[in-house]
Amino acid sequence: MYVAVKGGEKATSAAHAWLDETRRGDTALPELSVAQIEQQMALAVDRVMAEGSCHDRFLAALAIKQAKGDLIEAAFLLRAYRTTLPRFGASAPLETSRMRLRRRISATYKDLPGGQVLGPTFDYTHRLLDFALAAEGRDAPATPEAPTDMTGVPRVTEILAREGLMQREALNESEPGDLTREPLSFPASRPVRLQNLARGDEGFLLALGYSTQRGYGNAHPFVGEIRVGHIGVEITPPELGFAIDIGDIGITECQMVNQFKGSRTEPAQFTRGYGLVFGHGERRAMSMALVDRGLRARELGEEADAPAQQEEFVLYHSDNIEATGFVEHLKLPHYVDFQSELENLRTIRRAAEVELREAAE
Amino acid sequence: MAVLARASAAELADRLAALPELPAAETLRAPETGLVMVRGRAGGDGDAFNLGEMTVTRCAIRLGAHIGHAYVAGRDNAKARMAALLDAALQDGLLHDALMRAVVEPLAAAQQEARALEARKAAATRVDFFTMATMR
Repeated sequence: MYVAVKGGEKATSAAHAWLDETRRGDTALPELSVAQIEQQMALAVDRVMAEGSCHDRFLAALAIKQAKGDLIEAAFLLRAYRTTLPRFGASAPLETSRMRLRRRISATYKDLPGGQVLGPTFDYTHRLLDFALAAEGRDAPATPEAPTDMTGVPRVTEILAREGLMQREALNESEPGDLTREPLSFPASRPVRLQNLARGDEGFLLALGYSTQRGYGNAHPFVGEIRVGHIGVEITPPELGFAIDIGDIGITECQMVNQFKGSRTEPAQFTRGYGLVFGHGERRAMSMALVDRGLRARELGEEADAPAQQEEFVLYHSDNIEATGFVEHLKLPHYVDFQSELENLRTIRRAAEVELREAAE
Repeated sequence: MAVLARASAAELADRLAALPELPAAETLRAPETGLVMVRGRAGGDGDAFNLGEMTVTRCAIRLGAHIGHAYVAGRDNAKARMAALLDAALQDGLLHDALMRAVVEPLAAAQQEARALEARKAAATRVDFFTMATMR
């Protein structure tokens, strides 16, 4: 039960003033600009855009600055901001086969058309702290270049599908459900599940994806392909009646290839788990793909007893804005609630004491 | 529009400043920022799903008999206005060729070069596998 309580305005405003001071830190040091965060904390910006479910690098960087680097708080700020804006419409579905690639790798084929392109990756670094970065004012060394032909980079899933070894995805051009407009209901369609996972908490997705690998869900996944790069977004404004390209966004896509032992109606074949996220977020895209495949257990007629296969459990707990709201609301005054609990406990104790005394007499 | 949408406000302003003055323009719809829901496809080629939103700014401008519309990613009002103005002016047969030469083509070339540079950097990270010959 909540009761309106007045008071504490002075304390609150003093607390916020101190928050502002601590955000700035030592004033002998230069203040971080939003542009610096956007450029040099690029992966934090990507995560906030993904979990805030709003692609705008400047806004995400501003949110990170305001939140003092607390990325969940920053995603919360971005989600709150987006509610102030009108919706102009929806884009045409991204044709990720046409994205401009910075990185494209496959763990299933060594030699595949288009090749293994590493891009700017942490993979194969030694994970030793680089103290040279502590010295400021050094320019990064020039990046090597090589002649290129990045055309003809087919999807790994398509190569397998042409052989009949990869299940084709369902394709009916109906309007997908939208969690920003309708609340979740069960069973949830795959489009709604994917929307939920795309903006889910990275730590939650990672842990669930990990659990499917460790035996909670009987997955044996391979990374068919990871693609990182940029893609143009197209919309068809009603006043124009034809599609226009409104600019590029960064995305990461993961196709996870999984065994499927077949059913009465379908032969044994591979199936997909799919991950697609804003920005450069491979861990996030891979985790999303693992959990997507986990949640497909029921439609594929598999046992669904592991946590990552429980649709309600996963979809109701993936959103870190909702989760942090409910966990952190426990900090708010519960004085009346607690008074009643206290009263209750005292009554029980008194009754017990009376009983004890009567038994002794 | 693809080229104008990818140019920065500063680039558009520089290109416009170098042009002879355009006819008087009338704002039909002042720049307004909103959201577009970006969609993906399950498995890359299956059912559409809602990935998340992005900020977009739109603007409409009348220039003589022509109406220019702009929808550009981001929240830059000045950029949306200049893109709408150019969209209107480009529909004018008398202005079209000169504007293509002075504005659109140089911006397109710069954007193409930036993409080519990125592609060359990516190509330098392509792995060349080699197999160790068995010694016997």
